[in-house]
Amino acid sequence: MNPKDWPLWEVFIRSKQGLDHKHAGSLHAADAQMAIECARDVYTRRMEGVSIWVVESVHVHASSPDDAGSLFEPANDKVYRHPTFYDLPDEVKHM
Amino acid sequence: MQNLEQLELQFQAKIDAEIKIEPKDWMPEAYRKTLIRQISQHAHSEIVGMLPEGNWITRAPSLRRKAVLLAKVQDEGGHGLYLYSAAETLGIDRDTLIHDLHSGKAKYSSIFNYPSLTWADMGAIGWLVDGAAIMNQVMLCRTSYGPYARAMVRICKEESFHQRQGYEIMLTLAQGSPEQKRMAQDALNRWWWPSLMMFGPPDSESTNSEASIKWKIKRMSNDELRQRFVDATVPQAELIGLKVPDKDLKWNEERGHYDFGALDWDEFWAVVKGNGPCNKERLEQRVKAYEDGAWVREAALAHAEKKKERAEKVGAVA
Repeated sequence: MNPKDWPLWEVFIRSKQGLDHKHAGSLHAADAQMAIECARDVYTRRMEGVSIWVVESVHVHASSPDDAGSLFEPANDKVYRHPTFYDLPDEVKHM
Repeated sequence: MQNLEQLELQFQAKIDAEIKIEPKDWMPEAYRKTLIRQISQHAHSEIVGMLPEGNWITRAPSLRRKAVLLAKVQDEGGHGLYLYSAAETLGIDRDTLIHDLHSGKAKYSSIFNYPSLTWADMGAIGWLVDGAAIMNQVMLCRTSYGPYARAMVRICKEESFHQRQGYEIMLTLAQGSPEQKRMAQDALNRWWWPSLMMFGPPDSESTNSEASIKWKIKRMSNDELRQRFVDATVPQAELIGLKVPDKDLKWNEERGHYDFGALDWDEFWAVVKGNGPCNKERLEQRVKAYEDGAWVREAALAHAEKKKERAEKVGAVA
């Protein structure tokens, strides 16, 4: 990156009270305040949000796709973690 | 360590199984390059596309039309940003993308090298140019690269008003005075063929198509999309009493599609190569805007650094 470039920020938007912030996209801005203002203009022009988080992209740490197997496969054979695994009499309507 | 051939097979298997490719996943270099070229070209088109319409904001015939046009041009700026961000996930930085546009290395849609001469052009651009873009973009919502597909979904949601406002302008003019109706017809005459060219060269001559379809970057060919656009648009012209400027245009019962006349591909290539009516002006405007904005970019960064230093000093004292 050219030192004269503005850093990259990840933008998260809460679409309405009660819901999680969700990743909306990214943008370049000089600082956090400017990132929030730009995110307002870019991602909420049609009332898509009531709250904005911005995080500098360099601070996001991600799992590696190469490790996806060892990370996520152990959950594959543990169907007993799902409610549908259990046989109950039909008379039990809701449980 | 897997060899390249295995990786390529696994990659293609994912594509075939409709699993999206994400930024950190392995991908063939040619896939990455094709995407950078296509997404950046798309981003540049959004940004350069602000110019022909920006030309009319101060001269819009009513406050309503002016507010709408401003909103549309602002959307296009936003669309450019979504796309630049998607391109950046492929490991190229924004500065390089902008530089490639300014040097002429990267292209943008040739349609924006045509001038917007009258107010009716705002109608024709929204209706035809955005209409053609939407055909392409709806297909791209299902493209195989995740960040590109997500940007396209967002863009498509916003784009539909662009076409409707354009058609509404044409409708209003077509129902107006004879002079206004002539203006609308003249705009259709000038924008029809360049709009059809937006879908790119015919399939028989398109160099990028085959790999793009195999990798599901594209899911329809240039000619298929062009046909779909003609089929959708001709009845819309008829409905408002305008005539599509093509003497060969005719419904083909057997094919279930309109037959249409041959496109002037010499003109297409001339404009692509830089000899359209406005190529020079558009690029000059972009470069000027970028250079005139340099002090703002530098000042914002200096301000951010100063604020950070001050905050650190206060922190150290406390």
